[in-house]
Amino acid sequence: MSRLIGILALLWTLPAWAVGEVTEFTLDNGMQAVVIEDHRSPAVVHMVWYRVGAADEPPGQSGIAHFLEHLMFKGTDTLEAGEFSRIVEANGGSDNAFTSWDYTGYIQRVASDRLGLMMEMEADRMRGLALDPDDVTTERSVILEERAQRTDSSPGSLFNEQVRASLYLNHPYRIPVIGWRHEMEGLTREMALDFYQRYYAPNNAILIVAGDVDPAEVEALANQYYGPLEPTPGLGPRVRPAEPPQIADRTVTYSDPTVARPYVSITRLAPERDPGAQEEAAALTLLAELLGGGQTSLLSRVLQTEEQVSLFAGAYYDGLNYDDGSFTLVNVPVPGRSLEEAEVDLERMIARFLEEGVDAEQFERVKFLYEAGEIYAQDDVAGLARSYGVALTSGLTVEDIEAWPDVIAATTIEDVMAAAHRMFDDGVTVTGYLTRTEETTQ
Amino acid sequence: MIRATLFALCALVAAPAAAQVQIQDVTSPGGIDAWLVEDHSIPIVALDIRFAGGTSLDPEGQRGAIYMMTGLLEEGAGDMDAQAFAAAEERLAARFSWDAYRDSVVINAEMLTETRDASAELLRSALVEPRFDDDAVERVRGQILSIIAANAQSPEDIAPDRFNALAYGDHPYGTAQEGTAESVAALTRDDLIAAHDSLFTRDRVYVGAAGDITPEELGALLDRLLGDLPESGVDEIGPAPWNLDGGITVVDFPTPQSVAFFGQPGIERDDPDFFPAFVLNQILGGGNFGSRLQEEVRVQRGLTYGIGTFLSLADHAPMLLGQFSSSNNLVAEAIDVVRAEWADIAENGVTEEELEAAKLYLTGAYPLRFDGNEAIAGILAGMQQDGMPMDYIIDRNDYVNAVTLEDVRRVAARLLKPDQLHFVVVGQPEGL
Repeated sequence: MSRLIGILALLWTLPAWAVGEVTEFTLDNGMQAVVIEDHRSPAVVHMVWYRVGAADEPPGQSGIAHFLEHLMFKGTDTLEAGEFSRIVEANGGSDNAFTSWDYTGYIQRVASDRLGLMMEMEADRMRGLALDPDDVTTERSVILEERAQRTDSSPGSLFNEQVRASLYLNHPYRIPVIGWRHEMEGLTREMALDFYQRYYAPNNAILIVAGDVDPAEVEALANQYYGPLEPTPGLGPRVRPAEPPQIADRTVTYSDPTVARPYVSITRLAPERDPGAQEEAAALTLLAELLGGGQTSLLSRVLQTEEQVSLFAGAYYDGLNYDDGSFTLVNVPVPGRSLEEAEVDLERMIARFLEEGVDAEQFERVKFLYEAGEIYAQDDVAGLARSYGVALTSGLTVEDIEAWPDVIAATTIEDVMAAAHRMFDDGVTVTGYLTRTEETTQ
Repeated sequence: MIRATLFALCALVAAPAAAQVQIQDVTSPGGIDAWLVEDHSIPIVALDIRFAGGTSLDPEGQRGAIYMMTGLLEEGAGDMDAQAFAAAEERLAARFSWDAYRDSVVINAEMLTETRDASAELLRSALVEPRFDDDAVERVRGQILSIIAANAQSPEDIAPDRFNALAYGDHPYGTAQEGTAESVAALTRDDLIAAHDSLFTRDRVYVGAAGDITPEELGALLDRLLGDLPESGVDEIGPAPWNLDGGITVVDFPTPQSVAFFGQPGIERDDPDFFPAFVLNQILGGGNFGSRLQEEVRVQRGLTYGIGTFLSLADHAPMLLGQFSSSNNLVAEAIDVVRAEWADIAENGVTEEELEAAKLYLTGAYPLRFDGNEAIAGILAGMQQDGMPMDYIIDRNDYVNAVTLEDVRRVAARLLKPDQLHFVVVGQPEGL
C-alpha cells in the first residue's frame, strides 16, 4: 500500500499544463469567476451559478426557484422565448440548467471560440428577463408534469420527500426543490420576477469556465459582458431558519401497492463541510465509505455477501450543503426478511463497527481510492466544473476545494472512529419504512 | 447586438472544427485489432472492450443467461472470491464496469498508468477465468429477481417491454434481457459457463483505447487480456420480425401520469437515405429544446416535461422510437399532437430554417463528443462494431451538410408512416 501512495504523490507533481489548472478572479461588481483549463479538446463549458436555491424561497412559494430556472429560457428584452437555446444549438452547443436547495445553475457546452457569445447571452438574461404571461402559464403546466413524472409517479421519490420533510423540522431543506404541488399550482409571474430581481445579480453569481481557454482571455470577456451588470445592493450572507434542538426520534412509513423492493433507511443530521474546517466532514466521508461505500465496506460485505440478508445495503454522507447535511444508512432486505429485521441489521452493523474499529489495510485502500478519484476526475472537465460550482455555492472557497484531498489524506482511523461515535452514540434518528401495500380481500 | 453576433457566428459554424483526434490502428503481436487515441496528459487509460451479440445470444429457454453471467464476472475470478476481487480492484484503484445490452456486452476499464499491468491482469482474470461460485450465483440471482420485480412495477420499463413484446414476438428483442422470474430461477452454473464461452470470443471483440498508453504497450496488454479467448463461439441470430400495426395499446397501471412509448420501423445505417433520415429525426424529435415535438407538445401546450425520438440502429431491427410522459388527462391530446406532426412532416417535409438549424447543431456538436478518454474509447469501439471506417470521423459532417431539403422531404415521405405508428400507454389514460 505505501508503495502505491508514494507513486501517487509523484503523479500529483506532474506538470499541470494540460489539464486541471485553476485560476480565480473577481469582477468589480462582485461576480466571482473560476477558470479550469483542459486543452485536450477544443470545447468549453460555460456555467453561471447563483447562490440561491429552493432553501431561499419565500414561505408558501415552494418551487419558485426551480420555476424561475425554467422561465429563464423564455426570453429577454433582446431575445424571444426559446431563442437562447436555439442560438446555442445553432452553434453546435447544448445547454441546460439545474436547481437545488443551495444553488441554481445554467450551463452551455460549445466550441471554445463561442465562449463570448455564451457570455453575452447569459449576461443578457441575468438582468434583462422579459416574461410573457402566456408563456408563464404554459410553463407552469410543464413543471407540474415534471413533478408528476419525477415524484408523483415514483413511490421511492414520494418516500424520500416525506423523510426529508421529517428530518428537518424547521430548516427549509425540508421543502422539495420541485415544490409541493398545491403551492406550485399557485406560482405566478410576479413571484418569479420578484425572486429573479433580488437574487439574479453579479454579486450573487459565480462564473465557471472549463475547457480549452486562456484564463486571461476569459477574464477579458467576463469584464466585457458581465462587468457592466449592476449588482443587487444589500445582499448579505444567506441566513435560513435554523433547526431547533431535535429531541425526538421519528418514524416515517409510506406504503404503495407498486413498491417492488421495500427498504428501511435511518437518517441523522450531520455537519456539513465548512470553509476552513473540513476535518469532521472528511472523517464522515471516509466513515460512509468504510461503513457502506463499495463492495468491501462493512454493510455490503456482511449483509450482502456473508449473511446474504440484504439485496443492497449502503451508507451515504451528504455534506456539500450550505447548512446542515445528513448521514443515511439504507438496507434493502432479501425477500422474506422484514423491515424490522433489516433495521436491526443496520443497528447491529453500527454496533459492530464501533466495537471492531477499522481495518488498517481497508483504510489505506479507501483513502487511495479517494486520491485516485481526483486523477480520474480530470478526465471529465465538465464534471470537475460542476463539482466546483456545488462546493462554491455551499459556502466553500477554491482554497477549501484544493485543500480537500490533503484533509482527506491527513484523516486518521482515530478521527474516523471519533466521528462515528459523535454520529451514532446519541442524537435522534429518522427511520423510514417504504413498504408495499398488500392487497386486502374481503 | 446579439442578433448581429449570431449571424456572424452562424457563418463561422458552416465550417466547424473537425474532431481533433488522431486514431491509430493497432494490431497486437497476437493479432488483436484495436483503435487508439494516444494522449499522455493524464496518467490514466480508458479501454472499451465490447463483444458483439450481447444478450440476444441467450439460448432458447435460457433468457437472462448472458445478463446474469455478465453480472457475475466481478464476483470472483481465479484464486479470488468476490470480496478478494473487490479488494484487489480497490487496491489498484482500477475502475471496471460490465454492462449487457441486446447487441453487445461492454466492458469499460479505466486504469492508472502506475497500476496498469496489475489492473490488466485483474481484468483478464475476470474475463477469462470467472469462478461462478455457488454463493455468488445465488446472490446475483436474487439481485436480478429483484430487478425483474421492480421493472414490473415501473411504467417506464413496462412501456418499452410491452412494445417490444408486441413488435418482435419470439425474437430475443421481444423479451427483456434480464429474463423472467422463471427463466432466471432455472439458470444453472453450467448455463452461465456456456453463456460465457459463447460470447467471449476473438471474432466478436472490438476494442477502443484512449489515454496514457503507447501502441506497443496496448498491443502487449491486449495479448495478455484477450489472447486466451477462443476464436469463435455460436452462430449469429436472424433478423427480428415486425408484428405491429398502427394503434394504441393501453396497459392499465395505477399512476397519476401515463408513460407513452411509441415507434415504427426505421432505417438501416447503410441505407443511402440514412443521413437524410438522421437529420429528419433531429428536426422531428431529436436534440434538446428545438425539435417539432418538443415545441408542440411541451413548449406550446405544456403537455409533458419532455418528449424525444431516436433512430434505433439495433443490429436486427432498425426502428424509429420515441417516449414521453403526460398526466392521465392529457396523454390523449399529446398523442394526437404527435400523430399530427408525424403526418405533417410526412406530407409537407420540413422548412429550410429547420434544416439549417439541425445541420448546424449536428455538425457543431459532433467534435464536442470527443471529450475525455472514456468518451473517446467508447466512440472508437462503437464505430468498429458498426463497421464504420476510421475516416468517418472526418467525413461525417460532410454527409450531414450534403442533405438537402428535397432529400428530407423524400425520406420523410418514405419513412414516416403515421398509420403504422403504434403507442403503448402505461397508466390510466382518459379518453383512449
